[in-house]
Amino acid sequence: MKAFKSIFLIRIINGLQYRAVAIGEVLMRFFWGLMEILAYAALFRMGSENFSMTLTQTVSYVWMQQILFVLFRGVVGDAEIYSTIAEGSIAYELVRPVSLYGRWFSQSAANRIVPTLLGSLPLLAIVPFMPGDYRMVFPASAGQILLFLVSCVLALGVVVAFAMLMNISLFYLTTHRGIRMIVSVTTHFFSGGMIPLSFFPDSVRRVVVLLPFASMRDVPLQIWCGTLSGADACRGMLLQIFWLGVLVVTGYAWMEQALKRVVVQGG
Amino acid sequence: MRLCMDFISVNLKSQMQYKMSFLLTVAGQFITAFTAWFGLIFVLQKVEAIDGFTKGQVSICYAVIMLSFSIGELIGAGFAVFARILGDGEFDRILCRPGGILLQVLAPHMDFVRIGLLLQAVLVLALVIPGCGISWTAGKAALLFLMVLSGSAVFFSLFLLNASFSFFTVESLQFLDIFTYGARDFGRYPFSIYGEKVLKFLTCVIPLALVQYYPLLYLTDRETNGFYALCPVLALLFLVPCVAFFYYGVRKYKSTGS
Repeated sequence: MKAFKSIFLIRIINGLQYRAVAIGEVLMRFFWGLMEILAYAALFRMGSENFSMTLTQTVSYVWMQQILFVLFRGVVGDAEIYSTIAEGSIAYELVRPVSLYGRWFSQSAANRIVPTLLGSLPLLAIVPFMPGDYRMVFPASAGQILLFLVSCVLALGVVVAFAMLMNISLFYLTTHRGIRMIVSVTTHFFSGGMIPLSFFPDSVRRVVVLLPFASMRDVPLQIWCGTLSGADACRGMLLQIFWLGVLVVTGYAWMEQALKRVVVQGG
Repeated sequence: MRLCMDFISVNLKSQMQYKMSFLLTVAGQFITAFTAWFGLIFVLQKVEAIDGFTKGQVSICYAVIMLSFSIGELIGAGFAVFARILGDGEFDRILCRPGGILLQVLAPHMDFVRIGLLLQAVLVLALVIPGCGISWTAGKAALLFLMVLSGSAVFFSLFLLNASFSFFTVESLQFLDIFTYGARDFGRYPFSIYGEKVLKFLTCVIPLALVQYYPLLYLTDRETNGFYALCPVLALLFLVPCVAFFYYGVRKYKSTGS
């Protein structure tokens, strides 16, 4: 456990070196969110009664989605992991007395947490003070915020466990560009990154909320904006725990399998 | 010109060497584009019309911007890796050769997997054109073609502009992505819905509204003034300052020495 913690800390210190990049990231997220909100505001003016969320809820959803964008991203700069496999330095990793799954898992998680802390959390200081309709509203109760935080941690776990499956698949494939693109877009769309899952047609939504992708972003964000509360929220989080378990166990077993047949060529 | 063709065909052949990988990536692009379109129609199902445009007409917005983006990115993919070209000394070699600088930056890097995006946009156009309530004439079809052409030029210019900044900064400026990838995503709606200020910005500074919103008004007969149909031509002017900025950067360029 201590080893994983230090891997984590090294990442954070590394990330802190690039402050100018972080400022650019904050600006981009801000304007991106603003444009989306302007579009939703226009759509809601055309007829808000058909939407299953209010404009205020949607605005809060969009801001939080921008803030946690990198945290819940299916594919993010895990480039070191890819090159470890492609270039063969995996041999060194295997010699180390740390479980490879655990090591990559914490590396992947850190790759998402660090940019979020640096590049997105500053937004949290701006968006609650936006004028009028564009303001992000905080949840009404402290309990809801607590649920949101727990659900965020679970969502991150599911995202990383899923990304691990993709990493492991690279043992069997030569290039990762196509796979990464497909994984990236599927996770983005079905987790509510493009539009909230509540805006999907009912028949589609009923299936989509059960998929692991919904556990990656939709559940915490819905808890945040208040469309998921009480028993529904608990059910959502149980589903998150279920998927986290399934994905971690699958990934772990698959990795053992893959490592058995890894052939490292000399050099 | 022949040189250009040679460059492109060699590049295409090399990309086709890894067929599986190439096809997977094309498929990835294709799916990406489809989720974007589904995201759009799911939301549009909730409303009757948006800013006076029917759903089909909004889909035309989407398809025009997607097509423009994919063509612009296919040709301009060299700009996406331009920081690397500067960093590893490839640019120094380019400067030594007798030949157009832009051609040498672009031709070896053309990214043909963008065809996936392009195919999808064409498919969407084919799907929505019959039922979008536009009375098509030869002139209007030509205008649609012109919109895509000028749109590609604008996106190409934006990628060029992005790359040119690499002459002056070490890090790539991620913020500028909002004008390329952002514009692609936001361009799925007519730009007027973002309010007057955004529309003005996209008319006067980055002329994306000139290839999307104004000509669409003409296509849907909401404006009959021929000026609206000529807007895309005006947008082509955007190429001039961008190319000028690039060559300004080339003049100021100091090799990294690697």
